[in-house]
Amino acid sequence: MSVYERDEWRRVLPLAVRTSIPVLLGYVPLGIAFGLTLVAAGFPWWLSPIMGIFIFAGAAQFMAIGLMQQGTGIFEIALFTLLMNARHIVYGLSMLVPFSKSGSWKPYLIFGLTDETYGLLTTVRPPQNVDETKFYAATTALNHLYWVVGCTLGAFVGSALTLDTTGLDFALTALFIVLLVEQIRSVRRFEPYVAALVACGVALLVSPQNFLLIALALAIGFLALLRPRIEKKEAESRGAV
Amino acid sequence: MTNLRLTYLLLVVLVMSLTTYFTRAMPFIFFSKRKPPAFLNYLQRLMPPVVMVVLVFASYKDIDFLAAPYGLPALTAGATTAALHFWKRNTLLSIAGGTALYMVLIRVM
Repeated sequence: MSVYERDEWRRVLPLAVRTSIPVLLGYVPLGIAFGLTLVAAGFPWWLSPIMGIFIFAGAAQFMAIGLMQQGTGIFEIALFTLLMNARHIVYGLSMLVPFSKSGSWKPYLIFGLTDETYGLLTTVRPPQNVDETKFYAATTALNHLYWVVGCTLGAFVGSALTLDTTGLDFALTALFIVLLVEQIRSVRRFEPYVAALVACGVALLVSPQNFLLIALALAIGFLALLRPRIEKKEAESRGAV
Repeated sequence: MTNLRLTYLLLVVLVMSLTTYFTRAMPFIFFSKRKPPAFLNYLQRLMPPVVMVVLVFASYKDIDFLAAPYGLPALTAGATTAALHFWKRNTLLSIAGGTALYMVLIRVM
């Protein structure tokens, strides 16, 4: 590394640390909650940092605890992960241009494009005198670090606890409820919820063993059918504002 | 831990890492020159609420609502979690509150 390069990193790092503090405050507690839940669900502690390092997706990781506990098939888990992360497809679109000059950092920047990293990189503009790619890389790596530290801490604390933890796995149900409430706050249409509920009811009647797969497939089908109606209403409500 | 279980866990990590990376890399691979299909754009907006309803439903589907305690601990704790989150919007508080209530309820009901 040249002296010039090292100087640049030295300028970028404090800036990235300052930028990523809100994520630090969010990721460490959430990572701890993840590690605790994973260990309470009966999984080995080392799985927590490994998932944090290689997957780096909060909601999908939490979801995986429940799916792994039920011994869900690999194909179903892949499908769920794909659907949970489908929003990333759109995140990437707005990063096409900013990442276009990132060279060898690009694959890592794409890997680290979580909701929070995306939020930071699209709202915080680095000052003129710092290299954009280095700023993106440092911010992404710090966020990744916070997440892995949280996951590891939680798993250690969890395996040190020797209390009667029966019922602690309800934390997963609670997490899904919390995520659902977040969705209700942001997606203010009743159709997707009704479509999902009907799909769940039918799936339960048809085959409880393949519940997840059938429910998701049906829900996607219903959404496809409802598309003209939903898009028309969305256009109307935009026109009203 | 049996070897079978170890293999399963590692396979889950591998598949989830690849799938997650795939969703994040997709626009860079496919849509750097053309726009994504409108249906994909529509679906990605509406899928998260659907996935969450399915996951919450799945958490409750194996409970026996016809025998005591009629699923009441899970229903009460779930409603409390939702109410806490609508009220304070603090993820840790909502999860800890709901879970603690559930742990108490299954011991007393």
